[in-house]
Amino acid sequence: MKINIFKYAAPATFYPLAGKMIPWFMWAAALLGIAGLYYSFFEAPLADYQQGQSYKIMFIHVPTAWMSMFIYVVMAMWAASGLIWNTRLSAMMAKSLAPTGALFAFLALVTGAVWGKPTWGTWWVWDARLTSELILFFLYIGFIALGAAIEDPRRAAKATGLLALVGIVNVPIIYFSVIWWSTLHQPPSLKLNESTMGVEMLISILLMTLCFWSYTIGVALSRVRTEILQRESKTDWVAALVQEGEKK
Amino acid sequence: MSIAEALDMGRYSVYVWSCYGLTLFCIIVELVWLKQHRKMVWQRVCRMVRMTKRQKDEAQV
Repeated sequence: MKINIFKYAAPATFYPLAGKMIPWFMWAAALLGIAGLYYSFFEAPLADYQQGQSYKIMFIHVPTAWMSMFIYVVMAMWAASGLIWNTRLSAMMAKSLAPTGALFAFLALVTGAVWGKPTWGTWWVWDARLTSELILFFLYIGFIALGAAIEDPRRAAKATGLLALVGIVNVPIIYFSVIWWSTLHQPPSLKLNESTMGVEMLISILLMTLCFWSYTIGVALSRVRTEILQRESKTDWVAALVQEGEKK
Repeated sequence: MSIAEALDMGRYSVYVWSCYGLTLFCIIVELVWLKQHRKMVWQRVCRMVRMTKRQKDEAQV
């Protein structure tokens, strides 16, 4: 049996599919979050020999920082797909990911500052890693503001799409900043083929990352459904959906 | 280890719990905002659909 995935690029077919997927991702996020918190507090070592128990902030800070970068890459990919193939759903997906990406960038910055105070003795330094992450947060805010400022959805999608694509250059800068420049921030503990971290700590971080990833998909799908409703409000299928909803 | 000792986080309780608390708070705010926004959009779309239907019915009469 052949499944035509392009069928789901149409808002009318994607809308009900997204509705069915949201509870699965939200439940997965809840279960992964519980498992991640259990590992973080009960399985991972009680304290770090240098940082004491303040290192537990890592289980929130690292996944939120990863998510802020990862969401931006996915958002830029959707934006590029929208610009190349002119598909409505791609632009809506990019728009739906931006607020959650901004939220994770904000959380990465704040938890980093709170972790920095007891370990570095300061809330903030203008080093390469922190500054480039702050730029990422501003890129998200710029993307959201630009989209909101342009009334015509097609023009807004083009302008925000271009901004997303230009801003993607910042993502490798954030990642490699600790290698390219001398910064207060520590170099990456986790690489593709090696890790300097204990297994329990690694499992905790991965579980929390998967939790945030599931949460992001669930929230983005929910947001894209609302966006579809707004943009397609004059179509027959939305009218039928509303009448069906009112009968219930 | 007692519960008080566990919550104290080796004197880093303010730093650790504020991070976890803020994250949870932000997630809850985002979910509530999402639900409110969807409800508002749904009501607006319902009104629009009803109005269009009424206009069509009136045109037919």
